Amino acid sequence: MTTAPDSCVMRVTGLRKRFDDNEVLKGIDLDVQPGDRIAILGASGSGKSTFLRCLNFMEQPTTGRVQLHGQFIGAERTRRDGTTDNVYNEAELTRVRQRVGMVFQQFNLFPHMTAIGNVMEGLRTVQGKGRDEAAALALKQLARVGLAEKAEAYPSRLSGGQKQRVAIARALAMEPDLLLFDEPTSALDPELVGEVLRVIRALAEEGRTMLLVTHELGFAYHFANRILFLADGVILEQGTPDEVLKNPREARTKAFLAGHNEFSF
Amino acid sequence: MNYRWDFASVFSNTDALLAGLSGTLRLFAICLVAGLTLGLVVGLGRYSKRKLLYVPASIFVEFFRNTPVLVQILWFYFALPILVPFEVSPLLAATLGISLNSAAFSAEIFRGGIQSIDRGQWEGARAIGMSGGQALRRVILPQALRRMLPPLTNRGIEIFKMSTLASAVAYVELLQQGKLIASLNFNPIEAYTVVALIFFVVLFPLVQATYALERKLRRAD
Repeated sequence: MTTAPDSCVMRVTGLRKRFDDNEVLKGIDLDVQPGDRIAILGASGSGKSTFLRCLNFMEQPTTGRVQLHGQFIGAERTRRDGTTDNVYNEAELTRVRQRVGMVFQQFNLFPHMTAIGNVMEGLRTVQGKGRDEAAALALKQLARVGLAEKAEAYPSRLSGGQKQRVAIARALAMEPDLLLFDEPTSALDPELVGEVLRVIRALAEEGRTMLLVTHELGFAYHFANRILFLADGVILEQGTPDEVLKNPREARTKAFLAGHNEFSF
Repeated sequence: MNYRWDFASVFSNTDALLAGLSGTLRLFAICLVAGLTLGLVVGLGRYSKRKLLYVPASIFVEFFRNTPVLVQILWFYFALPILVPFEVSPLLAATLGISLNSAAFSAEIFRGGIQSIDRGQWEGARAIGMSGGQALRRVILPQALRRMLPPLTNRGIEIFKMSTLASAVAYVELLQQGKLIASLNFNPIEAYTVVALIFFVVLFPLVQATYALERKLRRAD
């Protein structure tokens, strides 16, 4: 591993991801600076979720490099036929994931643990903190997402919006350098979307570095300082929200935006 | 029917029956722990995508599922000592036969149970930096075990009853003692009836206890 002297939280160069014969990501470059709030838009099948999942190695990039704070993750390998691919060490990926948190569309809360148990789990099992310390920290995170009074509730007793807020608290508890949101409101009833978006908005105001894959264009406009529009596995267009959402250059971006008729600033 | 019932000769051998019960319980305990532990390991191998783990685990499962336990016990007792430089006691032969068979069957229960847990649970665990082992121990198995409890209970009952096969190599357990009492007193009806009843009296409350545990776990959901 080499250290590059730059302030990037994460640098992605030439990232490609292939599932068997299907190349989903076809070379993506991205620098994430501290405090960046990047919204990733694109039609379904554009590769936006796969891209996000490559950044905490839920999916392993086939080729291309990912650096976290200047450190390369994984190693390049040249195969006998001359092509290269990446190899990853599971222990290294485990360490990376402690610094790159993720919030899922389906929450993925642990149903056999209470809300506070879910938030404590990483603190206890991964960070090895004691019960009291972990409980205090977890309660603080639950309070931050407005759910301190639900600490002892099991996920089955929570609404979708509450579940997602617990999941955000669980990710926050690990104090990640970078937080990834994979369509965090897509599985929610419309009336529950707002409470989750408010929590994400508050995190943005704290200056957290975040990447968000979403279909909520209105939210993306207010949330992000940069917008990426993905199509067919490449970044077709990127820029500020005004640039991409109000004055798109590419025909496909225009068509995508026109298709979201609920879109309003 | 003018059969003269002779339960007295059975009950005068209470000590022998207790020795048998203790032998049965010991064999049961060893085989339950060894069988289920090995079953978990083999089940994880069957769940694995790695050929190096999957293939041997599958061979193990298919071999031991498709050979009779009694044959295995006899093989370990009579054939294995010819091949290895140490004595094989009746307990060891019975333990090997029953544990390996139970491991093969419970491996499929573990594999199915782990497979039944949503992939998102693995991802949720890995996303907070858990290793595969931590995710398995803290997140996957606790949920899978609830679903696996009924089939694992059945396995436990089977192991308990399979312990009688150890009588084939003269291991001191309940059936072996019953056989002795029956042949000494010419009272097979009484001796075997009492043996069967002892099994029932021990097993029935155990099974009820696992039902209660299942209900308790379901309430926690």
